[in-house]
Amino acid sequence: MIEFQDLYKGFDGTPVLQGVSLTVRDRETMVIIGYSGTGKSVALKHIVGLLQPDAGDVIVDGLAVSTLDRDRLMGLRRGIGYVFQFAALFDSMTVAENLELGLRRRGLPDEEIEERVREALALVDLSGTGERLPAELSGGMRKRVGIARAIALRPRYILYDEPTTGLDPVTSAVIDRLMVRTREHLGVTGVVVTHDMRSAYTVGDRIAMLYDGSVRQVGSVEEIQQTEDPVVRQFIEGRPE
Amino acid sequence: MLRPYCFSPSFCPVIQAIGRRSISAIESAGRFGQFLMDTLRGLRDVGTWARLVTVQMRRVGVDSLPVALFIAAFTGVVLALQASYTFTGAVPLYFVGTLVGKTMMLELGPVLTGLALAGRVGASMAAELGTMKVTEQVDALETLAYDPQSYLVVPRVVAATLMFPVIVAFAIAVGVITGWLTSLALLDLSTPDFIKGLKIFYLFKDIWFGLLKSASFGFTIALVGCVVGLGTTGGAAGVGRSTTRTVVYSAILILVLDAFWAVVLL
Repeated sequence: MIEFQDLYKGFDGTPVLQGVSLTVRDRETMVIIGYSGTGKSVALKHIVGLLQPDAGDVIVDGLAVSTLDRDRLMGLRRGIGYVFQFAALFDSMTVAENLELGLRRRGLPDEEIEERVREALALVDLSGTGERLPAELSGGMRKRVGIARAIALRPRYILYDEPTTGLDPVTSAVIDRLMVRTREHLGVTGVVVTHDMRSAYTVGDRIAMLYDGSVRQVGSVEEIQQTEDPVVRQFIEGRPE
Repeated sequence: MLRPYCFSPSFCPVIQAIGRRSISAIESAGRFGQFLMDTLRGLRDVGTWARLVTVQMRRVGVDSLPVALFIAAFTGVVLALQASYTFTGAVPLYFVGTLVGKTMMLELGPVLTGLALAGRVGASMAAELGTMKVTEQVDALETLAYDPQSYLVVPRVVAATLMFPVIVAFAIAVGVITGWLTSLALLDLSTPDFIKGLKIFYLFKDIWFGLLKSASFGFTIALVGCVVGLGTTGGAAGVGRSTTRTVVYSAILILVLDAFWAVVLL
């Protein structure tokens, strides 16, 4: 379980998160929506300790992330897969090497690493691309490799940062299907940050909206679709006024 | 809000600017200290950095050798000619060997190589790590449970510290050889005379002083490249700024270290 407990974070005196409290239950996919710049990705980075909160904390499996020493933080990260907005693939490595890197860190034998890489690439429909470099892939393929890199770790949690941003509708649908398939195959808990409502409705069990630095509303997909909160309505309907 | 006391209103902007610069300098020093501590901590994870050191040694050492040797070769030629020009009539010509040898070992071998490699090695490290930073590859590394210090910084710093003395040793040798060849071809100096000059004031300290100095240059250039590279913000423009900054900081630090070692060891 992941719990955001009254999380505050600002940059250079500008507050971004102002008391975010939210619980992500085991084996559910929580989608965090909100306007650009409302701190969705900032919230996500706190889960793996990439950012230190100004106040409050994120509790993962009972551990307060900001209080963990380096070794325990690394231990926590071994159980979490992170899919970056622009994939963040290591551009000097092949696709297979990108997937292998995290597995090697876990001390797995070579045969198992090979097997997991093959399996993860098959799951994202990219079998046979292992020897290619990230620069040789399209944007959608890179995102899928990013997801494969996370899946290969067989983590307890997968965090997706804007997984469909910048993709065409068909590729976005492919990524959505992939996220659903990942949850069904691996039974992982997921947190998805997006402002793509079609994606949110497809992959989410529950949806939380961040607004003005805190959670404006959280509920099931149906609850959000039927909300009467004018701010949430305006966002999900994409109305300018 | 508390207003600063500035003696006179016209001094206020100056005093505020000094204050801002001072705070920024103290913060930078603090960040550098923290970075150094993190790098020392990264040394513990031998399993991660040890296998990456050889790759970096090839990139820092083998790939840099042509540039270093090219510079050293011409330095040797110029040193021999300038020595002869300076000595004419007053000092025996075999002292050309002394000057070429001593200057290459003590000063020009390490410093010119250091300055050239600050541009080649330091800038390349800053650009590579800066690009990794702005494209979130460093964050990705962290989420895969790697310590960026162990994976990125330690191999580069260790490789540069080990390889700089090797490159400089080759540069010194090439500089002395081209100085000798120049003496033979252009100065009417015989090989025995050149060697006599080379040996006359030679001390073993000359060699280890140059090599120790070059190790410290390698350490500094790599560390600066890593600190500045991993501190990059602001996309492609930020990477460009980091690269320039690395070359400037490294060049300044090489000259400061050069003076420091001269004061401490000579």
